[in-house]
Amino acid sequence: MKFGVVVFPGAYCDHDCFYAIESVVGRPVEFIWHREPTVDGFDAIVLPGGFSYGDYLRPGAIARFSPVMSAVGDFAKRGGLVIGICNGFQMLTEAGLLPGALLPNVGMKYICRFLHIRAETSATPFTSSLRPGELLHIPIGHGDGNYVAGEDVLKELEDRDQVVFRYVDPDGQATPEANPNGSTGNIAGIVSRGRNVLGMMPHPERADEAVLGSRDGVRIFESMVASLSPV
Amino acid sequence: MNAKVIVTLKPTVLDPQGLTIHRSLESMGFSGIDQIRQGKYFEVSIDESLGQTEREAVVDRLAREVLTNPVIESFQVVWS
Repeated sequence: MKFGVVVFPGAYCDHDCFYAIESVVGRPVEFIWHREPTVDGFDAIVLPGGFSYGDYLRPGAIARFSPVMSAVGDFAKRGGLVIGICNGFQMLTEAGLLPGALLPNVGMKYICRFLHIRAETSATPFTSSLRPGELLHIPIGHGDGNYVAGEDVLKELEDRDQVVFRYVDPDGQATPEANPNGSTGNIAGIVSRGRNVLGMMPHPERADEAVLGSRDGVRIFESMVASLSPV
Repeated sequence: MNAKVIVTLKPTVLDPQGLTIHRSLESMGFSGIDQIRQGKYFEVSIDESLGQTEREAVVDRLAREVLTNPVIESFQVVWS
């Protein structure tokens, strides 16, 4: 099993993701340059956070057209595991691999802090080791995390159990006060209809060692490993 | 030959930038402003040797596929 972390110019969470997978989770991982035309040989792809291509035009809008993204799209269509974190989530919506879009935060502030998210489902390869309702203490760091989608899309996400994480208060309630950015329904992460593509604004790779304040993010990478491992 | 592409958020989409600008205007004392919506504006210069039909097709495609995110934005093209 091998993870690949895509390296985009301007994205800077790639090394944190690499470290989390190699040193904390203890699995093979390699960087993939954004100009690579293929992702053959990888079992899971990480699209990291940052400001790919300066986030000009719209966050993730230019990254979507990099050569590696066609390969990632094909990989996803074949059922390969893809996790997009923060800017990676924005790329996935821009590429049409996930529905909806991410607008500037309500209030226009860049927000960088720890908060709580609630796992809404364990029926994904990314949350298989979490119980529905379980809370993760995890940081966000974004200016454009305000998830929006049409009413029909939102209904489908709910009906098909595709909402994976919501922003909640420490008691696990998805209150307006616990919503940092104005996201519809406090949505912090969603999965594709095929359940193999996850986009989330919070950073699991920044919550991977006790010294950072939380290890909760490791659970997501470990779920991926469990899903990829032969039983 | 130039095309101006004006990109606007769809009417149903909340505009945090416009809201923030509106709030600032109110605090500065501007009155009577009901709403501000922020959009984007692009000037595209195109090879004169292309025919008008082809030019329109090129601009329509780049506006649709790159300059806008169809989930949240729409666009109009003005030729000059």
